[in-house]
Amino acid sequence: MSDTFDLGKMIFGRLSLEAIPYHDPIIVATFAMVAIGGVALLVAITRAKLWGYLWTEWFTSIDHKRIGVMYMILGIVMMLRGFADAIMMRIQQAIAFGDSMGYLPPDHYDQIFTAHGVIMIFFVAMPFVVGIMNYIVPLQIGARDVAFPFLNNFSFWMTASGAILVMMSLFVGEFAKSGWLAYPPLTGILQSPGVGVDYYIWALQIAGVGTLLSGVNFVVTIVKMRAPGMSMMKMPVFTWTALCTNVLIVAAFPVLTAVLAMLSMDRYLDTNFFTNDLGGNAMMYVNLIWIWGHPEVYILILPLFGVFSEIVATYSGKRLFGYSSMVYATVVITILSYLVWLHHFFTMGSGATVNSFFGITTMIISIPTGAKVFNWLFTMYRGRIKFDVPMLWTVGFMVTFVIGGMTGVLLAVPSADFVLHNSLFLIAHFHNVIIGGVVFGVFAAIAYWYPKVTGYKLDPFWGKMTFWFWIIGFYLAFMPLYVLGLMGVTRRMSHFDDPSLQIWFQIALVGAVLIGIGIICFLLQFYFSYRKRDQLRDETGDPWDGRTLEWSTTSPPPQYNFAFTPRVHDNDAWWQMKANGVKRPQDGFLPIHMPKNTAAGVVIAGISTVLGFTLIWHMWLPAALSLVALILATIVHTFNYDRDYHIPADEVARIETQASEVKA
Amino acid sequence: MISGCDWVVMSPSGDIAAQQADLIIWATVLMLIIVVPVIALTLLFAWRYRASNKKATYQPDWDHSTHLELVIWAAPLAIIIALGAMTWVSTHQLDPYRPLDRVDEGKPVPAGVEPLVVEVVAMDWKWLFFYPEYDVAAVNELAAPLDRPIKFKITATTMMNSFFIPALAGQIYAMGGMETQLHAVINEEGVYDGFSANYSGAGFNGMRFKFHGKTDEGFAQWLDTVKSQGTELSRTAYKELEKPSQYDPVRYFNTVMPGLYDAILNRCVDPGTLCMKDMMGGHSGHQDHSQHEADHYAH
Amino acid sequence: MSHPTATAATKNGDLEFFVRGDHHAPNGTLLGFWLYLMSDCLIFAALFATYGVLSQSFAGGPTGADLFDLPLVAINTAFLLLSSITYGFALLQMQQNKLQGTLLWLALTGLLGTAFLSVELYEFYHLIHQGAGPQRSAFLTAFFALVGTHGLHVTIGVIWLVTLLLQLSKHGLTLTNRRRVFCLSMFWHFLDVIWIGVFTFVYLMGSMS
Repeated sequence: MSDTFDLGKMIFGRLSLEAIPYHDPIIVATFAMVAIGGVALLVAITRAKLWGYLWTEWFTSIDHKRIGVMYMILGIVMMLRGFADAIMMRIQQAIAFGDSMGYLPPDHYDQIFTAHGVIMIFFVAMPFVVGIMNYIVPLQIGARDVAFPFLNNFSFWMTASGAILVMMSLFVGEFAKSGWLAYPPLTGILQSPGVGVDYYIWALQIAGVGTLLSGVNFVVTIVKMRAPGMSMMKMPVFTWTALCTNVLIVAAFPVLTAVLAMLSMDRYLDTNFFTNDLGGNAMMYVNLIWIWGHPEVYILILPLFGVFSEIVATYSGKRLFGYSSMVYATVVITILSYLVWLHHFFTMGSGATVNSFFGITTMIISIPTGAKVFNWLFTMYRGRIKFDVPMLWTVGFMVTFVIGGMTGVLLAVPSADFVLHNSLFLIAHFHNVIIGGVVFGVFAAIAYWYPKVTGYKLDPFWGKMTFWFWIIGFYLAFMPLYVLGLMGVTRRMSHFDDPSLQIWFQIALVGAVLIGIGIICFLLQFYFSYRKRDQLRDETGDPWDGRTLEWSTTSPPPQYNFAFTPRVHDNDAWWQMKANGVKRPQDGFLPIHMPKNTAAGVVIAGISTVLGFTLIWHMWLPAALSLVALILATIVHTFNYDRDYHIPADEVARIETQASEVKA
Repeated sequence: MISGCDWVVMSPSGDIAAQQADLIIWATVLMLIIVVPVIALTLLFAWRYRASNKKATYQPDWDHSTHLELVIWAAPLAIIIALGAMTWVSTHQLDPYRPLDRVDEGKPVPAGVEPLVVEVVAMDWKWLFFYPEYDVAAVNELAAPLDRPIKFKITATTMMNSFFIPALAGQIYAMGGMETQLHAVINEEGVYDGFSANYSGAGFNGMRFKFHGKTDEGFAQWLDTVKSQGTELSRTAYKELEKPSQYDPVRYFNTVMPGLYDAILNRCVDPGTLCMKDMMGGHSGHQDHSQHEADHYAH
Repeated sequence: MSHPTATAATKNGDLEFFVRGDHHAPNGTLLGFWLYLMSDCLIFAALFATYGVLSQSFAGGPTGADLFDLPLVAINTAFLLLSSITYGFALLQMQQNKLQGTLLWLALTGLLGTAFLSVELYEFYHLIHQGAGPQRSAFLTAFFALVGTHGLHVTIGVIWLVTLLLQLSKHGLTLTNRRRVFCLSMFWHFLDVIWIGVFTFVYLMGSMS
């Protein structure tokens, strides 16, 4: 504290030109690329006069389908960033042996592995999962939107706001050099005085608000808004898994909020939650963050279990085997995911009894998970399996995931974990389940539901290329890491002495390059499919002979989803309708009550971004102003009582007739 | 290149690590009983029930079989019961806090042999090892005689690290103001890698040391070298050592300030600072803090 | 309701596959808000757990027994409990469609909330002045965080209450406004329940040890 009041310091805090890393050629080159790409995009949008369209139809949209698509785009963009980090690490580890220190100094390398983890979990996997649930859940339960459409838009923009802060850290200041869970005391103010950890904290806090609200939104949507006749045990499995995931979000994210708030108090107010001195206890942070962190991995994987269940039934042309056992397995996993967090730190010295308890509860999770795998297996049994791209991903997933599951259970044996913990074996394990489960599942879901979103299928050639590059790349990139783990190599190293390790890192690099080609194929797939959209067009709304309600409406669905709310009598509601020869009614339309678009989400999330940025840089005056602005904007929003409107009946009739004409 | 001896975790040189390697193998074999059939069946069903194979049976509405469900839940359950039992026993048997009762397979600890006590301090970014029995200390080098149990008492100055010698035994965290323990024994002569297995900031990469397994004579010689080449580890020397540094060379200390390890553990090396273990006592009658922590988290 | 196209060609007889009338899903606001409160409850659970771990970490500094002024806290507890009762009266007035009565009782609730906050701020000021601020020891850190987070919630509650008073006077007891009054009432009672926990575990037990 200086004695004199320094206005400059109050406004700019610790932000100065020094904060821009213009002396680092890698960052400058990246910045140039991002800047050129960004400007080109902005110019293209301006020249095409798309700003108005984007603003009214997308940014301010409260339509769950539009928001779902925006989540997916956010996920894809951030995946490119996260993958760039991954390949940089792979290159560094493949060359930094003996006298060669590689091309990344530890200071930079440490930021990269932290950013990679944070981005892939919070800004790739989460947006993908939430995006898929956003688009599909209301359609599967026969609803017209989610329970709180405005909150849904706001949640998206809060997630995007967190992503923006992480991206800003690349060019203004630095990111955390702490690992993706930012354990203190390393992240305390004494050990990490820079802005990196503060970027981490505020990016996650802001995105976390979005995720939590989204969780509340979807629980209420699924509980309250199911079509008549759809009892809990008639819900599609994907909706069940979405329900469990959102219950987990509501029950886990507050703990993350609390623990990050405590860490920020330690950093901003010099308190002593996790300090070494004055009674602080860093082990509490590790416990609390994993009480959130373990459920988090189930938040990611459960919806994809649902996706695979839908896909395997559809492409096998069969009812899902063991529906109720699938549901119970999901619920059991949901509950157990809360009783296992300590397996992330057996090596903290908790004692044999505590460790065995958490080890065994972890293993018990593999029983319902195993049951799920068997259920998929017996859904394929005596089916007529069509190997479209989503089904390829599903088979790839089943084979890959059981390997990851096995190494996971191995890590749950405390005495084995003592030698494997924090090693590359652990890294191989969680990439095995997250890539093999979450990423494969997301790609399967995109290929499966893309025709529903756009009205045309994705080009299968590029889809298959994506699949083969990814799966071969995955095995090449991560199997060597299992080996390296057994050779006693620990994670987060930027340099090695032992030359006998190098070959394994080189194989892993080849794998990473193949995955990179897979990502390029994935992007090209959108371009080529768009060009061939007339050939790939689906006018039935049901290109795969689907079983659940989302296939009963047109592709893309009208903004109100269903002109008439469906009545449900079976798990596979649409399958049964088809079996009964039911057609969509063509008359008797009624006006449809819909929520209105609003800019409040963009505005409030925008102010939150500014608040986060000013707090990161200790810019107290602007921070105070944006806090006041945030509160006022929220209050002003509550004064808006004009939130809905009716689509007139003849407008509904017009849209429906048009859809039928296209079909005919 | 793929010779077994590179895989240190699977072919270690200490009894504890060897038992951990056996455990990995047994657990894996147990799980393969279920994993292999699942992978085989996945590929088999995918091939057999492909749409183009019109000869295969097609039962679109078959979605339930109580018998199969029973097998589906019972088979993993059986494996997990076996694995769970193995976990319970091995976790207690190989608990790092448990004093050893054998030094190798079939070789119990001889009567009258006391473990070698080594006090380990993870510093920024180097390792400091105290040998209270011999009143010496070393930076970034550790040695122990063969077949004598070693008791490590582990703490840290600031960052959380993990003390890990893969050839010897599993790792355990080193944390400031707290003490963890590890009991282990080395059975083969050799020089092994030791390092921090928990990322701890800028100097983490260089936080490596060599662990020497030596015969009794070799160990005695090593102690002589430490004594002859070492300097004094006084409070001042320690304060100098405590400053963050990276890739530190090996250093020896032939005399150690009495109670230094205890002072580091209780965060009162600076004269006049109140030790953690004394902080609780005076004011409201609570027990010794570090002891309290140890009780709480260790047992 | 049955319509030829809707029931056309049903093998199962008279199954209907569409709702031909106006279909409205039930409003989920109260459930949603309750879920939010449960998640908020978990934030407090994390803070309580932290306080539990750190409550004896005095680091040579003052303990709860040295610091807590129980009579003052008891008065403050009375303010907050009373405010829950006055909120209940506001709800009763709302049920009888009496706007003025609702406004009056709500305003009284707000005043009691403000009184509670004033006393809490005085207590904090006094502690910091004595050198027992949140930086002194882990115990005090956990104390300030737990009690302060509750206080922050009450502050938000008061701001919300003022906003609601304006909205009620502007639009009257509309369906939306009634729902908001119910949500705030859940929030307010929830904070009361949390405070009972704070009073028992932090103040009473802290003073006894």
